[in-house]
Amino acid sequence: MSAPVDIVGISKVFNAGRSNAVTALDDINLNVAPGQFVSLIGPSGCGKSTLLRLIGNLTEPTAGSVSVNGKSAAHARLDGDYGMAFQQAGLFDWRTVSRNIELPLEMKGFDKAARRARAMDMLDLVKLREFADHRPWELSGGMQQRVAIARALSFEPKLLLMDEPFGALDEMTREHMQSELLRICATTGTTVLFVTHSIPEAVFLANQVVVMSPRPGKIAKIVNVDLGQRNDDTREDAEFFKKVTEVREALRGYDHVEPMPTRLDDR
Amino acid sequence: MNRVRAALPPFAFGVLFLLAWELLVRAFHIKPYLLPKPSGIWSAFTSDMSSMWTVSSSTGLNALIGLLLGTAIGLLLAFAASRFRLLAELLTPMALAVAAMPIIVLVAIFNNLFAITSSVPRRLMVTVVVLFIVLINVMKGLTQANATQLELMRSYGASESAVIRKVRLPNALAFLFVALRQAAPLAVITAVVAEYFGGNQGGLGSRITSAISTSKDTTGWAYVLAACLVGITFYLVSTVLEWVAMPWARNRSRT
Repeated sequence: MSAPVDIVGISKVFNAGRSNAVTALDDINLNVAPGQFVSLIGPSGCGKSTLLRLIGNLTEPTAGSVSVNGKSAAHARLDGDYGMAFQQAGLFDWRTVSRNIELPLEMKGFDKAARRARAMDMLDLVKLREFADHRPWELSGGMQQRVAIARALSFEPKLLLMDEPFGALDEMTREHMQSELLRICATTGTTVLFVTHSIPEAVFLANQVVVMSPRPGKIAKIVNVDLGQRNDDTREDAEFFKKVTEVREALRGYDHVEPMPTRLDDR
Repeated sequence: MNRVRAALPPFAFGVLFLLAWELLVRAFHIKPYLLPKPSGIWSAFTSDMSSMWTVSSSTGLNALIGLLLGTAIGLLLAFAASRFRLLAELLTPMALAVAAMPIIVLVAIFNNLFAITSSVPRRLMVTVVVLFIVLINVMKGLTQANATQLELMRSYGASESAVIRKVRLPNALAFLFVALRQAAPLAVITAVVAEYFGGNQGGLGSRITSAISTSKDTTGWAYVLAACLVGITFYLVSTVLEWVAMPWARNRSRT
């Protein structure tokens, strides 16, 4: 079985060849095993979102190769090998909750009955079935994010790419969503790459925390985490604190680097 | 019930306003050529309903034809401009310049281009006014799609035409109705003002000028009332169309 994500020698330079050229990623190597939950953490401008977008084939690398499920990133994107969720839920106001979840299925040519059935299953999974025919703006921020996750998983991708999906939520909702995400992934067996700014979030969720450093973006350290079955008590666990400290120390030294803009124009 | 309660204060205010107007005119014996009584205006309005209807529908037709034509041309240009960047760059400054100009003076020029009895100059004037409002708004709606939604569509491997159908068009629809709610009453105002500039005697604008120049001031005000009613009708129809076309926005509070 080929690795869900295999990154070899990836570099990404924005505005290449011009005086304002910026190296966002420099010689990144990363291999993610099936079923793993990998958190990507680092200060603003370390290229963690760019790395995620490269895997999703939303941008092209300057050098190196990305393969997803043994295919090129472009091929994997067209095959629907991954689902994606962003900080903004990005739900479509003109569609009901269930029709939002159906959208990727429409793009992939599922018939109407199959779409509806799948959307209902996904709504059961994220515990929002009674909101199927509501409009997205009638839902709270956390509920909207759950719909976005349901949408990303609706076509049963093996891989889920998440770019700070809980970044705009309050702390209480955020912790609840983390537990929900772990429960959902345990059900579906999905491999997850999860970009975050929050150290506790990165540690709580992951089997592996990839710590990145900025300018140019590099992998500073990979911290392996094994917290077993996680629940609210895990957040007060000695092992949890130990790993949080380890990640924090790996991040230290980059604290006072002036942040770069998080998103650069690559056109 | 809530709607009735919400409508009550403005309704009560309107009644009080008319009452105060009526009493003031009576108490101070204000001459009708300065300010007629509301009751006088109402009786002038109701005295010849059939001619009031004919004159109003003539103006309404001018406004409607201009509104439809302007919306159609505005939509076409907006689609073209969202496809071809050069066209957008050429049209945007022009649209903004036109929006800042008192373009109603164009009627004088249009009047010279067509026969004196023609309704075309008025309809053309409405078309021009509506066109730019629709163009600016719909262009914005087509180009300013949500970045997250566009990336999602790309991640699904969606074709460009699917992006237009599923994202850009529904997004632009809200902008079209913003434009129409603004353009519909403005179409009526433009038609009335265009009729002021001479030409055939068909519309409300012409009747208001002639009523005032022949000292039939109360009748003039009755025509003004008719113009208000036509404008309000246009606005209401545009909101009903919005309600029908965008069921998802029905109960959402407007921001």
